[in-house]
Amino acid sequence: MKFRPGALAPPLVAGVLFLGAWELTVRGFGIREFLLPKPSSIWEQLVDQWPTLRHAGWETGRIAVSGLVVGILAGVLLAVGATRFRTLQEGLTPLAVAVNATPIIALAPIFNAWFGITGSLSNQAVVVAVVFFPVFINTAKGLTEVHPDEIELMRSYAAGEWTILREVRIPNALPFFANALRLVAPLSVIAAIVAEYFGGPQDRIGNVITSNAGFARYDAAWAAIAVASAVGLALFATALLVERLSMPWRLTEGYGETEN
Amino acid sequence: MSVAVVASGLDKVFGRGTDAEVAALSGIDLMVQDGEFVSLIGPSGCGKSTLLRLVADLIEPTGGTVTVFDKSAHQARLDQDYGMVFQHAGLFDWRRVAANIELPLELKGWSKADRSRRSREMLDLVKLPDFSRHYPRQLSGGMQQRVSIARALSFEPRLLLMDEPFGALDEMTREHMQGELLRIWRETGTTVMFVTHSIPEAAFLSNRVVVLSPRPGRIHTIVDVDLGERTEETREDPEFFAAATRIREALRAVEDGS
Repeated sequence: MKFRPGALAPPLVAGVLFLGAWELTVRGFGIREFLLPKPSSIWEQLVDQWPTLRHAGWETGRIAVSGLVVGILAGVLLAVGATRFRTLQEGLTPLAVAVNATPIIALAPIFNAWFGITGSLSNQAVVVAVVFFPVFINTAKGLTEVHPDEIELMRSYAAGEWTILREVRIPNALPFFANALRLVAPLSVIAAIVAEYFGGPQDRIGNVITSNAGFARYDAAWAAIAVASAVGLALFATALLVERLSMPWRLTEGYGETEN
Repeated sequence: MSVAVVASGLDKVFGRGTDAEVAALSGIDLMVQDGEFVSLIGPSGCGKSTLLRLVADLIEPTGGTVTVFDKSAHQARLDQDYGMVFQHAGLFDWRRVAANIELPLELKGWSKADRSRRSREMLDLVKLPDFSRHYPRQLSGGMQQRVSIARALSFEPRLLLMDEPFGALDEMTREHMQGELLRIWRETGTTVMFVTHSIPEAAFLSNRVVVLSPRPGRIHTIVDVDLGERTEETREDPEFFAAATRIREALRAVEDGS
């Protein structure tokens, strides 16, 4: 699983081919720009509006990252608490599963009423709510799904519950946590932008998209979308990096028949 | 010779008072001498793993007592008088081989220098001196089980409790590991209680083989095995076959319900 620069070539080629086909299709069939702008027009807007877009991307990224950090911390701490104290688990887990199944993003207008429509707080709250549940549920699963022999082994060393938590449950939960992280990193950007559609400061990606679309400047709206996906990709890449750095044992070649 | 383990009148009922009540063990009296190698064998459901877990104080008896080196099993667990090896090697993926072996020492508060000296000695003992920096998933099943044995022996317990440790290994690896285990047993003088499904394994390894009958688990017979010093030739020795036959006949008698 070592990084090879050559591995970058196929996706780069695919990306260039995709953009080329897009450009040629729009030109060749004379598709009107308000339906689908050409990549070259989007690029022009990206360059033209760069100061606005950069600022908007930075601000939305900040909302996403701050919500991500708070949501992850809350999810992990409550998962540890739920594993350690049975009553907490029995009360919290079914609730978390139920809430996770509801579309939390629909709460955005309500959060505006709670946390104010002009500041960032209500947008951050949406991100926190979206991030919290996958992190909580996955981490709790990783903390509890430990091979029973491993628990017995620790008990044979006269280890207490906290030691078992530190030495077995938490490392065991890392891959589960990493999966949640891969999921919520891009999700946090989606949540931030959708929340911005409903309110908050006007210099963010969500507002840049809606106002440009409102004035039929679709190429500029697409440019803002491009910035949003760049932010999402950056967070996803960070999640992958964290995953690799926190679990060095996963990078090694397996023996093949590791289950034996 | 002093006594390692004494079980007297030991009963274990799981789920007492519920519909799923199972009498796992009933009236077990067993004495294991210090330095002895005793195997527990019997059909599934005979409670051999349960007996091992009672000695390990991982579960509590419903009746009767277990003493380990003249202490309660509970005290023996707190004093870490025994090491345990499971069928599933149970190495921690996130610890390198040496760190896995050092885990019980870490929990006991040994210094880093003492720990790494001991893990080197243990890796020599199980003949994996070059693998200290590997992760468990880089090892074969047999190598993982050796590390598991090294970990169990790292704090020099006087008793080794093994629950079908070679059950998941292929036949050749298994025979090789049996030879290694006997060598380690001789070198360390540790008492071993060994749960197995395999008749030749029990015959090859043990001084005594405890044959258990199921539902509820009781001691049916104890077969004495006297093969002297075991070598690979022992496996073709008529005495070895005779011992295996005695164990097999006892197991047949168990299954016929006599």
